[in-house]
Amino acid sequence: MPGVLSGLLILPLIGAALVLFVRGEDETALSNIRYIALLTTLVTFLLSLVAWWQFDPASSGFQLVEQASWISSSITFKLGVDGYSLPFVLLTTFLMPFCILASWTSIERRVRDYMISFLILETLMIGVFVSLDLVLFYLFFEGGLIPMFLIIGVWGGQRRVYAAFKFFLYTLLGSVLLLIAVMAMWKTAGTTDIAALLHYRFPPAMQTWLWLAFFASLAVKMPMWPVHTWLPDAHVEAPTAGSVILAGILLKMGGYGFIRFSLPMFPDASQYFAPLIYALSIIAIIYTSLVALMQEDMKKLIAYSSVAHMGFVTMGLFSMTEQGIDGAMFQMVSHGLVSGALFLCVGVVYDRTHTREIAAYGGLVHRMPLYAAAFMVFTLANVGLPGTSGFVGEFLSLIGVFRANSWVAFFATFGVILSAAYALWLYRKIIFGKLVKPELSGMLDLSPREMWIMAPLVALVIFYGVRPNVILEAFSAPTAALLKSASLALGAVKSAGLILQ
Amino acid sequence: MTGVLLPSFASIFPELILFVGTLALLMVGAFRGESSVNLVNGSAFALLVIAALAAALQPSATVTAFNGSFIADDFSRFMKVVTLLGAAATLALAIDDMAGARSKRFEFAVLVLLSSLGMLLMISANDLIALYVGLELSSLALYVLAAIDRDNAKASEAGLKYFVLGALSSGMLLYGVSLIYGFTGNVSFAGIAASLKAHGGVGLMFGLVFLMAGLAFKISAVPFHMWTPDVYEGAPTPVTAYFAATNKIAAMALTTRVLIQAFGQDGAQWRQIVVFIAVLSMALGAFAAIGQRNLKRLMAYSSIGHVGYALVGLSANTQDGVNGVLVYMAIYMAMTVGTFACIIAMRTREGSLENIDDLAGLSRTQPAFAFVLMVLMFSLAGVPPLAGFWAKWYVFSAAVDAGLVPLAVLGFLASVVGAFYYLRIIKVMYFDEGPARFEPLSGVLKAVLALSGIVIILAGLMPAPIVSAAAAAAKSLF
Repeated sequence: MPGVLSGLLILPLIGAALVLFVRGEDETALSNIRYIALLTTLVTFLLSLVAWWQFDPASSGFQLVEQASWISSSITFKLGVDGYSLPFVLLTTFLMPFCILASWTSIERRVRDYMISFLILETLMIGVFVSLDLVLFYLFFEGGLIPMFLIIGVWGGQRRVYAAFKFFLYTLLGSVLLLIAVMAMWKTAGTTDIAALLHYRFPPAMQTWLWLAFFASLAVKMPMWPVHTWLPDAHVEAPTAGSVILAGILLKMGGYGFIRFSLPMFPDASQYFAPLIYALSIIAIIYTSLVALMQEDMKKLIAYSSVAHMGFVTMGLFSMTEQGIDGAMFQMVSHGLVSGALFLCVGVVYDRTHTREIAAYGGLVHRMPLYAAAFMVFTLANVGLPGTSGFVGEFLSLIGVFRANSWVAFFATFGVILSAAYALWLYRKIIFGKLVKPELSGMLDLSPREMWIMAPLVALVIFYGVRPNVILEAFSAPTAALLKSASLALGAVKSAGLILQ
Repeated sequence: MTGVLLPSFASIFPELILFVGTLALLMVGAFRGESSVNLVNGSAFALLVIAALAAALQPSATVTAFNGSFIADDFSRFMKVVTLLGAAATLALAIDDMAGARSKRFEFAVLVLLSSLGMLLMISANDLIALYVGLELSSLALYVLAAIDRDNAKASEAGLKYFVLGALSSGMLLYGVSLIYGFTGNVSFAGIAASLKAHGGVGLMFGLVFLMAGLAFKISAVPFHMWTPDVYEGAPTPVTAYFAATNKIAAMALTTRVLIQAFGQDGAQWRQIVVFIAVLSMALGAFAAIGQRNLKRLMAYSSIGHVGYALVGLSANTQDGVNGVLVYMAIYMAMTVGTFACIIAMRTREGSLENIDDLAGLSRTQPAFAFVLMVLMFSLAGVPPLAGFWAKWYVFSAAVDAGLVPLAVLGFLASVVGAFYYLRIIKVMYFDEGPARFEPLSGVLKAVLALSGIVIILAGLMPAPIVSAAAAAAKSLF
């Protein structure tokens, strides 16, 4: 039975089909293509708001469930959302119109293929978050690699071919290990229905292998140190909108995988491997922040800062505390907005000068005060200043980690200091100072289109900083359920161990 | 019951159609000469389609004929339909691509029909003699087909290589068959299975190894794969398409039936061999193709890899494993036909092109063509949501279920390595600027490309029809 969620999946595809049927390559045709894509993404966003309106935050189960037969009785086409997945669906549908707007003038060749790739990518991304069947999840998870590969490779920067291959093969390698885990789970539990698997008790020995297989893929997606090396290349070489989607949504699939699969389905293994996650997270936070300080390329700096922020997320998730998990989830949503906005800011100046080198800029505040103001808000959100959405996520996850292990929190907090260092340094170098470079003297401030991109993001970042409850309340019910089931599972193992003794 | 038992003709209907039709066309061609070429070609295509329909419409029951040497069950039905569809599609491509001396020869179509007939006999073989007869009928016709462009030195070389190596492997196979007969006193698969059950088979292993060596040659599995790159590259492209899409599938069906039905008891013994061959094939298919610039050679190595993946399913020795093999072969046929159609379509006024670099920038000049090739490449790499993913899902999940998890891990790692060269073709088409401009595609080429693209995409989103047919077919084997 079709419902809102199937509608969310189909709408971008309809838009892509419409774009396909636009004939001609002249300016009117290209303009039509852009408007069709923009309208499609806006309508999809409105439909997702309908889904949000129908959603009941107090219930911890899956809602808006739709099911249709697909492969067999054990593998079905099942869709549904809960408090963890709906914010990401909204994030996806919200960021897409901004991506289309950001590509309005910067993409001039093969516009039709570009818009079709983005729309198909939107369907696949939404599919990851709404699918309630493990095989369906994998289909969307992997399928998203195809349009992203094309987007980086066709419309990217100088080293785009290298970056596209690296992104694809790196992610594919992790994901095939996940696939083997999915097969093992299918054979053991007899179903790939996520709701059923959440209640299934896998034997602890098997859990370890399954957790490791999932970790192989999710660590690459997240990305966690040391398998993060694909990210700087992919982010730098992708076109602006591609970077926004990569940082804003694709990275969140890793965190979503942890909260949807690793933590609830393999609780014993998650507890066992938590020290490993803490160690890798701290290294990620401190090391990549230090690397970010050394960068000469704006996008690469922001890319490394993404890895650092994802370190907070993994830490918070595996602390297995209410604050940690809520904080990590909030941090993901906020980072999607902030990081996406930062890449859009880079895109604004890149469209004008076609260089991302930090040294090529300086003193932009004299010519672009509005841009400087917007950039300031996003930079402060990146640092985690109270009042912006970046603070809430980091603070909550640090509290949660402190409850679990105070030393880890102590080291992780250095990351906050370091992120202030590189973010403010970047801002100062680009925006403040004297405007001496001749090529910058003709820079125009934000155009109306760019203001349409920046203003909502600024508003949201500040709004969620002062009123985070709007999102946090979505997480509270599933987190409570998760912690309860995890403690039951761990308690059962402990008491089983005691009985055996 | 004494006397000759007349077989139920319904069970051999497809073979009968092909057989009578082939002889009729041979007579027509011999007496009417060159002017009859178009008639023979068209009729051959029609015969293949009718035979495929006849095979599909056969009742779902297991029937043996000819004193137990011929069997028609769901398994043979499924594989016959897949093989005949592949044969029809590649014959259509060949007729469309007729160039030079080939266009005056009616023998081409007749040889294709004979080879297809041999393949049908292979799939339905229920004893070792029928196995050999079918194998040889199809192979001898293929040797001639490979060398049919007799003015082309490369083609003649390919044909000769294929013939010599093929004859050698047939000899080994026959030796294995004689050993098996010697040790069991039976040639029929059922008889061999009964004899194994009664009193084990130590000496049988010798025969089995030789038999598998001969069969491994036919499916081009490592270490009997050496002929594949040279023959695939040298033979004319439509002929390569024909034996890549059909012969491999029929030989795989044959191998599956022999190992499961005749030697099923001895599973532990031959599983080791199959696993070994599978790992080597997957590894070779993944690594050796990386350095290739010629598309036909690349496809040869990639087909070795795909045979490795299918053998993973066979090594599980379970119904799910056979299900995986069948799904894999069906999807493999669609992908192979499509890819070779793309290679055939790479022709300019000067002649045919075969290198990867000749595809540079195709996405700009002929976007639909490039899109179909991209879909096929992603499917060959096994990326969802295309059909190739499901092929790998079924074989590897059967292996995982049978406890062969390291094999599945190795297989997936090989598929990631292999993904590289499929991606490179996409990269050349989409990321590179280039002057690639081929002749406009003919109607047949467009139809085959569109059909294969649609099948791959649809089967990727909804694999249920193929899978349920394969499941029924696998069930009939046990």
